[in-house]
Amino acid sequence: MSSEVLQAPLVLEYPFTRSTGPVIGAFLTGLRDGVICGIRRADGTVLCAPQEYDPLTAEPLTELVEVGQAGEVLTWAWNGDPRPMQPFDRPFAWALIRLDGADTSMLHAVFAPSAAEMSTGMRVRVVWRTEREGHIADIAGFEPIPAGEAA
Amino acid sequence: MSADRSTALDPLAAPAALSAPVTLPEALAGAEPVESVCTPIRMTYTYTPGRALSRYLRAMADKRILGERCGATGQVFVPPRGVSPLAGAATSEVVELADTGYVESFNITRVPIERRPDLKPPYCSAWIVLDGASVGFLGLVINIAPEEVRIGMRVRAVWKPDEELETSAANILGWEPTGEPDEVITDYERIGRVDASDP
Amino acid sequence: MIDVAVVAFTQRQEAAISGESEVEFMVPLMEQAKASVGLTQSDMGFTCSGSSDFLAGQAFSFVMTIDGTGPVPPISESHVEQDGAWALYEAWVKIQCGGIDTAFVYSYGKSSPGSVRDVLATQMDPYYVCPLWPDSYAIEALAARLMLEGGHVSESRLAEIAARSRASAASNPHAVRSDPKSVADILAEDYAIDPLRPSDLPAEADGGCAVVLATGDRARELCERPAWIRGMDHRGDAHTLGVRDLTSSASARLAAHHAGVAGDKIDLAELYGPFTTSEHLLIEALDLDEDSTAVNPSGGALAAHTMMASGLIRIGEAASRIWRGDGDRAVAHATSGPCLQQNMVCVLEGD
Repeated sequence: MSSEVLQAPLVLEYPFTRSTGPVIGAFLTGLRDGVICGIRRADGTVLCAPQEYDPLTAEPLTELVEVGQAGEVLTWAWNGDPRPMQPFDRPFAWALIRLDGADTSMLHAVFAPSAAEMSTGMRVRVVWRTEREGHIADIAGFEPIPAGEAA
Repeated sequence: MSADRSTALDPLAAPAALSAPVTLPEALAGAEPVESVCTPIRMTYTYTPGRALSRYLRAMADKRILGERCGATGQVFVPPRGVSPLAGAATSEVVELADTGYVESFNITRVPIERRPDLKPPYCSAWIVLDGASVGFLGLVINIAPEEVRIGMRVRAVWKPDEELETSAANILGWEPTGEPDEVITDYERIGRVDASDP
Repeated sequence: MIDVAVVAFTQRQEAAISGESEVEFMVPLMEQAKASVGLTQSDMGFTCSGSSDFLAGQAFSFVMTIDGTGPVPPISESHVEQDGAWALYEAWVKIQCGGIDTAFVYSYGKSSPGSVRDVLATQMDPYYVCPLWPDSYAIEALAARLMLEGGHVSESRLAEIAARSRASAASNPHAVRSDPKSVADILAEDYAIDPLRPSDLPAEADGGCAVVLATGDRARELCERPAWIRGMDHRGDAHTLGVRDLTSSASARLAAHHAGVAGDKIDLAELYGPFTTSEHLLIEALDLDEDSTAVNPSGGALAAHTMMASGLIRIGEAASRIWRGDGDRAVAHATSGPCLQQNMVCVLEGD
């Protein structure tokens, strides 16, 4: 008998449907309707993506505000090997993006042709998916705003 | 103030709202709110079962069932995991078991399982003690009406046709009655149980 | 406070342990750890383990592994879905509650059946981040760029950390990446995930480890020179990357303060920095002087990264150096989560 260890493909799937609560629900409602929301902290700064509680003071946050659909890349990493469930089927950049009107950043994809086209501080704007349902992937990703073009 | 405190300490009181209601930007006024989101998880692996289960699955392709013996207590475990929970040590011996045994316990399932359309309710799942094994082993009792299954009933494995055998426990389609007299179970406390006395 | 010491430690790490299941490779490690101090499972006042079934896609692997301890008759036992360092912390707290004088701690990870950097996407925010499936190396690369472009670290400093890990790992039989490489050669590597090079990334491994803890006189009976746990603390930063300062580790700094790292000279430090960037941040957060403290003499998690075990292995590596007299005072560190989100610091001393 062979002593070789057997192997077999295995796929684990969890079809999670999560309750959103009012804050995340409002953010996802906005995405469905083409609006991006942040949430205002007691000191007036805006968290985007919004959180239910202030990460520093634990105070409940309730005032959702609309933020811009363009912003600044605070940092980025080049993903040369996109995987099936990621936002894009060709190489793209992951980035922390601070949207205009927000004080914190959110993670998403930036569709740039190559790492050479990416830079910290660059301006990007949202690319909406046509079919939207209230999901973080309603934002297909962000695209670089050519220099000189208004956001 | 005191009323608030008593409420806070009353474990049966309805919980207070976790936070004040949110206020929305004008652009979302009147929008139908999203209240849930589908976020499936999908991960792919190349699974390797290890030594004991590899041996067990290879034997399955030859219609043989392998157990493993605990060197310290002599108990035989199936399916084997390479370890005896009684001794906290590797098992000492591979044991070939008969493909016959008896029903130690069973249930009848009357609701379908979404991803197992092959399992047509009502069906009987049983804990089957193979001849030569110390513990039960999960299987379906087939070729008999579920209502007629009983504790102590003797069963034998129904294997897939030889040309369909693979290194899989699915080679056993189920367990059918042998027609032999029922196992006489005289000690329900002991039957199928491993020895849990303090050494 | 009850004096508790690490008195036994075993480990195994390999690039892939494909021939054995988790329980099959853990049983010899567990037996060896207990036997090295002449104990059996029935001597253990408490047993605590750490693992994650998501790594191998093996449901309830942790229950099967508990079988390897010999849990009949039932033992006093617990499990954390965390690095084994947190299992050790629970065991330490349990000992502080009184009534027991020994504890057994083990942890393991078998990541090779899957893609660990992708599986780790599931530890991210389930609404905003996980559905995009960013991999763990990409997340660290975001922090790395902030550090590099913000002037917090240089590429050559990161290459020096990588070169040191490889050189130290040469004498560690459990390291999976120990081939020497010069700083210049590391800097010449193409980026793996810009701005991180292959040598900045952890050498992923399968494996596990086991540790025995004992109190006071019991520890002195079992071990010639017990490694006493003099302080231990763990702290966490916010979960949301966008609200954190990724160019420093506030939680590691705080944990080090509360564990008492600053009390006296540290002879050696075993830091769980999966990336060169994380090791750099930890050296800063723990305020270590690399001239007087040997940092990661084992090669650290860069040389062998076993998810769920690398933190407990740091404690074991530090303790075994105290047993051997390689140092009198050591610090061991464990981390969990993206970009050093959670950090545990443990100060160990010999008599």
